[in-house]
Amino acid sequence: MEWVVETRELSKFYNGVKAVEKLNLRIREGEIYGLLGPNGAGKTTTILMLLGLTEPTSGRALVYGYNSTTEPLKVKRITGYLPENVGFYEDLTARETLRYIARLNGIPDKESSSKIDEVLKSVGLSEVSEREVGKFSRGMTQRLGIATVLIKHPKFVILDEPTTGIDPEGASHILDLIVKMSREQNITVLLSSHLLHQVQRICDRVGIVSEGHLVGEGSIEQLGREIAGKEQTFLEVQVEELMPNIANSIRKIEGVKEVRSSGNLLSIRCDRDVRRQVSKVIVDSGTLPLQIRSRDYTLEEIYIRYFQRG
Amino acid sequence: MKVSGVFAVFWKELADNFGSRRFLILFILISLIGVFTTYLSSQAIVAKPAETPTEFLFLRLFTSQTQSLPSFVSFLGFFAPLLGIIFGFDAINSEHSRGTMSLVLSQPIFRDSLINGKFLSSLATIAITFASIILIVFGLDLRLLGILPEGPELSRLAVFFVMSIIYAGFYLSLGILFSVLFRRTTTSALTSMAVWFFFTFFLYMLANVIADYTVPITQEVTEEVILKHTRVQAMIMRFSPMTLYGESVNVVLNPSVRTLGPIFSEASEELIPAPLSLSQSLLIVWPQFVSLIALMLICFSVSYIVFMKQEIRSI
Repeated sequence: MEWVVETRELSKFYNGVKAVEKLNLRIREGEIYGLLGPNGAGKTTTILMLLGLTEPTSGRALVYGYNSTTEPLKVKRITGYLPENVGFYEDLTARETLRYIARLNGIPDKESSSKIDEVLKSVGLSEVSEREVGKFSRGMTQRLGIATVLIKHPKFVILDEPTTGIDPEGASHILDLIVKMSREQNITVLLSSHLLHQVQRICDRVGIVSEGHLVGEGSIEQLGREIAGKEQTFLEVQVEELMPNIANSIRKIEGVKEVRSSGNLLSIRCDRDVRRQVSKVIVDSGTLPLQIRSRDYTLEEIYIRYFQRG
Repeated sequence: MKVSGVFAVFWKELADNFGSRRFLILFILISLIGVFTTYLSSQAIVAKPAETPTEFLFLRLFTSQTQSLPSFVSFLGFFAPLLGIIFGFDAINSEHSRGTMSLVLSQPIFRDSLINGKFLSSLATIAITFASIILIVFGLDLRLLGILPEGPELSRLAVFFVMSIIYAGFYLSLGILFSVLFRRTTTSALTSMAVWFFFTFFLYMLANVIADYTVPITQEVTEEVILKHTRVQAMIMRFSPMTLYGESVNVVLNPSVRTLGPIFSEASEELIPAPLSLSQSLLIVWPQFVSLIALMLICFSVSYIVFMKQEIRSI
């Protein structure tokens, strides 16, 4: 089985308002898949449908071959889910919380005790295991959330905005945990986020969701190339001296869309490779190009491009 | 697997209920009322032993009122609803506001395990509360009067126990219903309290006003008019679960009560002054008892259905 998670033409309408429309999502075993999109793009709705917590209006969602809508219990047994803004029962301790989750999964207390110690250690909460969760910081709460996911031995894990509201150090810790979990236990991960740099750092593949559609999919390099191929590239040119008519002359070159200058730096937006022509224009105008650099697409730019198109 | 989900929720919620401060406060309050009313009514029995019938003396502790205090049973009519409401009003919406709803429902349990587990654990808490209060009263009675309840008294007490649980269970399921319907716990708490207030105090006034309006009592009235007036009043009062409960337990705990309606003094003289059997007493209040059960079940079913159809997250 190549795809362990698959949605087919998945759609969801809330009282006629579109949340997700004809979404086709495919995730391979063992990969970390990033679901990117602005708030309200339909990421959480898609996740809820994958878990069988919300019924799709049409289409199907399959997790390891189980239909999420008709066999939700089988899906939920192998899937760990960390909801966005997860909360816990404030007056339970970390250990009690994990025991409750284990019981809900039908794991007897005898088996769960040692597992709880192990999981608490792996998320770095061993020392506070007897502290009430109400006194935890946001970062600790989120790590406990990952512990609740690990306690059930999942094959597939869904993390909805796992680093929102956490300081950079805490977020980095959580991302490391996710990578470790995925690599060591061969767990497939679906990570929803709008924090691009984090997605860029850990995800093998990315899907970009906009207004309920999947508008782009692939590794970050692929996405960048796709955009670059179809559309345009950037050039940054450093000149020795900014002559007043350089910008205008460059604008006349075929393929150049936009020229902006600041100091002795020119940014050029164009739809083909115009480095040769640009250098010539610069030399002709009586100065020298010191550096010409074509800039790569960052995920941020890819992301914004996709939303401009979508 | 399904059963284990309900049990997991049940035990966790049961521990939560007993550990909660609101329960502790209410438990102390109801226990104190139990102790005081038992003490006062036993003192009254001790003071005038000749006036008290010796039969069913133990049950008398629950129903007899003294000059300074109403009976324990009428106190329960007031406070049992509160016991139900404090467990019910934030059962579901607090899970939403705390952010634990999707955490729990993403575990391999059916959605109804959550609401069933919560309902059953609260019902169990209520039952344990009532049982312990009855035991407190029993202990006090042994200390103060030294009488042991007899077999028929125990069975009547058991029926009273079940009725009290169902009465509190109605308010519990009403609270759960509001906790499903309203997203804010303050709204559901206030609405539950408003319903409780309406049935406990307001309906009584309303019944008087309507009875006075529809069947006015003037200077020269016949017995029939008075009878009709009382009937209209009683009819409206029976919309209140408190009336249903009050009537039921008074009949069950007083074997000498023959009827709930008004009775002519000539007729009452013709009655044989012997206590009724439990089944006869139950027959009198059967409609009230069944109505209470139905009210509880209807409220719970509606909340169950709404909860099952509710979106985990509404956009």
